[in-house]
Amino acid sequence: MTMEFFVDPSRCIGCQACFQACAECDSHRGISMIHLDFVDRSSSPQTTPTVCMHCEDPTCAKVCPADAIKQTAEGIVQSALKPRCIGCSNCVLSCPFGVPRYMPAQDQMMKCDMCYDRTSMGLSPMCATVCPSGALYYGPREMLAQMRRETPTNTFVFGRRVVKTKVSMMVGQEADALDIDVSNFMAGAEH
Amino acid sequence: MAMLPLPEEQMIDRYGPHLTYEPAGGWQTSEAPDRLVQTHCCFCGVQCGIQLKVRDEKVVGFEPWTDFPVNQGKLCPKGVKRYLQNNHPDRILAPLVRTSDGFREVEWNEALTQVVENIKRIQSTYGKDAFALLGGASLTNEKAYLMGKFARVALGTANIDYNGRLCMVSAAAGNKMAFGIDRAANPWSDIPLAQCIIVTGSNIGECFPILTDYLWRARDNGAKLIVIDPRITPIARTADLFLPVRPGRDSALMNGILHLMIERDWINHTFITEHTVDFDKVQEAVATYTPQYTAEITGVPAASIIKAAEMWGEAPTSMLLHARGIEHHTKGVENVLSCINLVLATGRIGRPGCGYGTITGQGNGQGGREHGQRCNQLPGGRDIDNPRHRQEIATFWGIQEQDLPQKGLTAVELFDAINDGKIKGLLSISFNPMVSLPNAALTRAALEKLEFYAAIEPFMSETARHADVVLAGSLQEEDEGTVTSGEGRVIRLRQSVKPPANARVDWQIIVEIAQRLGKGEFFSYNQAGDIFSELARASAGGPIDYAGITYKRIEENKGVFWPCPTREHPGTPRLFEGGQFAHSDGKARFHAIQYRPPAEDIDADYPLFMTSGRVVSQYLSGTQTRRIGPLVDQYPNPQVEMHPQLALKLGVKSGDQVRVESRRGELTLPALVVKTIRPDTIFIPYHWPGHLSANRVTNRVLDPISKIPEFKVCAVRVSKSSCGTLASSVIASEAKQSLLEKELASSPAAPRNDTGLPVLRRVLGYATEQRG
Repeated sequence: MTMEFFVDPSRCIGCQACFQACAECDSHRGISMIHLDFVDRSSSPQTTPTVCMHCEDPTCAKVCPADAIKQTAEGIVQSALKPRCIGCSNCVLSCPFGVPRYMPAQDQMMKCDMCYDRTSMGLSPMCATVCPSGALYYGPREMLAQMRRETPTNTFVFGRRVVKTKVSMMVGQEADALDIDVSNFMAGAEH
Repeated sequence: MAMLPLPEEQMIDRYGPHLTYEPAGGWQTSEAPDRLVQTHCCFCGVQCGIQLKVRDEKVVGFEPWTDFPVNQGKLCPKGVKRYLQNNHPDRILAPLVRTSDGFREVEWNEALTQVVENIKRIQSTYGKDAFALLGGASLTNEKAYLMGKFARVALGTANIDYNGRLCMVSAAAGNKMAFGIDRAANPWSDIPLAQCIIVTGSNIGECFPILTDYLWRARDNGAKLIVIDPRITPIARTADLFLPVRPGRDSALMNGILHLMIERDWINHTFITEHTVDFDKVQEAVATYTPQYTAEITGVPAASIIKAAEMWGEAPTSMLLHARGIEHHTKGVENVLSCINLVLATGRIGRPGCGYGTITGQGNGQGGREHGQRCNQLPGGRDIDNPRHRQEIATFWGIQEQDLPQKGLTAVELFDAINDGKIKGLLSISFNPMVSLPNAALTRAALEKLEFYAAIEPFMSETARHADVVLAGSLQEEDEGTVTSGEGRVIRLRQSVKPPANARVDWQIIVEIAQRLGKGEFFSYNQAGDIFSELARASAGGPIDYAGITYKRIEENKGVFWPCPTREHPGTPRLFEGGQFAHSDGKARFHAIQYRPPAEDIDADYPLFMTSGRVVSQYLSGTQTRRIGPLVDQYPNPQVEMHPQLALKLGVKSGDQVRVESRRGELTLPALVVKTIRPDTIFIPYHWPGHLSANRVTNRVLDPISKIPEFKVCAVRVSKSSCGTLASSVIASEAKQSLLEKELASSPAAPRNDTGLPVLRRVLGYATEQRG
C-alpha cells in the first residue's frame, strides 16, 4: 500500500512535538522545517502545523530565477540547492501555503522535504511519527479511511488557480476540494 | 548548616541550569549509531516507548519505537528532546562535599564516610526518627522498594516519604477507599471504546499528550467529550461540552450531575444493589444539589450541568478520567470520591470501554507509590499500621516486628518537623522541594536548619545546592529496572549507557550506605534484577501483587499489568470485571460528599483565584527539562494567564509585568492575556525556582487524608507592576533567540499578534510563539 501524508489541523494540540522532532531528522542537523502556529493565542489554544504540501507543479520552483528548487521522481519538492540558491526569496513570497523560509545563517532557502532521507528508506517522517494527536498522519489512505470520518483532499482552489498537492488535507466529509477565496463562491467562478 | 555555600548566581554559573542544543559529538548525519536501546521516556506516567540512539557510549538521539503498543512511536516534545539530558555539561560527575566557598569533588569513600558518620551521630543524639529520607516517583520500582527497606531496616527511621505526596496521593487514597485497591481501573485501550468521556482537572494535551490520540479515536468512534476545567485547554477547545468550573468546586459539580442522574433515573439499580454499599447516603447527600444550587457554587451554567448529565447519564459506555486538577486540593480525596460516585452510580466499570482512571503525573507515579516508599506503606501496597501486614513484611525481611518503625510524617509535614527542629538530618533522592513545595520561603528556611543534608542527584537541583554532600547519582538511561505506568502496566527500563566518570547508579549508592551502616546482610544485590525479584516476592499476597512478574515476561509481552500473582497468571489489564471489587466483601463503597470551600477562598483583599499547573515543554520542578535548550525555548519563563476582562480592569496587556500577591508571598511575571481562562482566575505554571516560582504564593494547607497541598486554588490580588513591559525577556533565552529577534527587528513584515508581543513565526524556521 502506498504511504501518503495527511494533515488535520483540527486535531492539533500545539505541543510542538513535530517541530522538535523535525530537527532530529538526520539530514536536518538540528534545523526544524515544520511550522507550528497559533491561529490567535489571545482567543484560542488552536494551533496549526504546516508541512510542505509538495505541489504537483510547485510554484516555488517555477519562480526560482536560479533554478535551485528541484522535485524528486517521487514528487518531493526539496530545499533550494545550496550552490544555486541566491537567497532572493521569490519562493518564500510565492508559495500559496507559506512554507519556504530563507535561512540567513545557512544563506539558503530550506523547507520541509518530507524527511526524504527517511521516507526514501521506507521510514515515516519524524513529525508524523511522533505527532500525539494524529494532526499529522503518514500511512496508507485505506487505513485512514477506516479510522476517520473526515476525508482527504489534495485540491486547493485559490481564486481561479487550482493547486494539486502530494500531501492531503483532511476536510469535512463531502468536500472534494478546498475553496480558499470568496471569489470561488461568487457568480461566474469556475474551477 | 545547610545554607547555600555560594551566592545563587555563582551556583548557577558552576552547576547550571545551562542549556544544551546538540547531541554529544554534534549533528552527525552519516554515522549510524552503535546501538538502539528499546526503553521508555523518563517523564510522565504514560511512559512512552522510545529507542535511544547510542554512539561512543553516549545517548545522542532517538528513533521512534513504533512497535510499542501504548504510543506506537508517538512522543511529545519532552520525549523527543529527552536525550539532551545525557552528556550534559551540568552533570555532576563525582561526589561533592560542601566547603566554605562552594563544593569540592571527592572520592566516594570520603563522601560516604561523611554521610554515614552524620546518620549515626544524628540518630544516636536525637533518636532514629530525627534522620529522614525523601524519595521520588521518578525512581524505578526497584529503587522505590529499596528506599522503603533502607529506611526501615538500615536506618530504622519512621520518616520516609516521597514527592508523590505532591502528586498522586489524593487519587490513591480515594481509590483505596472506594475500590479497596489503588490503580487506574482500565487500560488506556478502553478509552477509544467509550461513548462518553469526562475529563476533569486534566490538561491532557499538555501533560499527557500521547493520550490525546486515545481521546480523538474515541471521538472518531462517535464518543461525546466533556471537559471540566477553569481553562479552555487544547483538549477542551473542541469538546462537545466544556464546563468552566470555578477553582475548588469540583465535588459540588459532580454532586450536581449525580443529582440529575438520580432524578431522571439514569442510574443502574441492579449494579448498585449487587456490587456497592452506601448509595443511600450519597443519594441523601446530593439531594440538595439542584442545577441552580450547583450552578451558584460552581459558576457553571445550570443548562450545561443538565447537558452533562444527559450526555453521561444515558451513554452505553463511558470513561471518567481525572488528574491533579481535582486532586491538588485540601479536599482532593473528596473530589476523587465524588467522581467515583458518578461512575459507580452508572455501573459502567469493569467492562470494555467502561471505567475510570486517574492519570499519573510522574514517570513512575504508579509504581513509586506501591512498594513501601511512603510513610504509611510497606511493600506490596501493605499498610504500615496493619498488624498482619507488619508481621508479613518483618518476617520477609528477617527482622522483628517491633523493630519495624511505625507510620512517619508525610513530605510536607516532614519539612514542618525540620523547621521545628525535630528532624535534624535528611537524605533525599529525586526530589526538588525548593521548587515543588508550596511556600518556597518556608522550605528554604527548613533546609537551612538541617544539621546534615545529603542528596543523591545527577544534577545540582535548587534543593541539592543546600546539601552538605551531593552523591553523584544516575539518570534514568544509566540504570535499569522497571516502572509501572499510569494504566498499571509494569514495563522495563534498559540501561542505555553507564553513568559518566565517577557518578554511580543510584541503587548501588544506597546499598553501599546500608553496608557501611552494618546492615549489608539485608541488602545483598548484585544487579537491579535481584531487587525486582525480591520486591515481587515481598508483594506476594499483598494488595499490590507482582509475584508472577519477571523481567523476561515484561520483555516478551511489552509489559505486564498487576495484579499478577503467579507465573501462569496473564496479568490484569482491566480491574473489577464482573463487578468484583477489592474490599473483603467484594463490593465498592460510595462516599457521601458534601461540598466545602477551599482552605482559602477569595475575598475583598485577595479577590482572584490562582491555580497552577504544567506546560507541555517542561516537567515537574524542571531539574532536567530546564537544562534542555529546545524545551526552554518553547516556553522560556512562566507567565500569568488572565482573561481580557480582568486585564482591562487592571490596565494590563500581554507582556506587561504584573505583581501577584497572596498571604504567603508575591512574584512578578509577564501577563499573557487570553480568553481561554475564567475572568476570576489566573494561572501560573510551576516549573521554575526562586523569583519565578508559582509556589511563592500557593497555599501550604493539606488534605486531611492524603496530605496533598492545595496547589490548585488560593486567593491572590494582581496589579500592574511598575517594572513595565519586558516582552523580550519573556521570549528570549539564549543567543539563538537573540538572533531571531534581530531578524524580526530588521523585518518590517514581522507579524505582531494583538497581545503586542512579536510573534516569532516562521523566522529561521523557528516557531516560538507565546505558549499557553
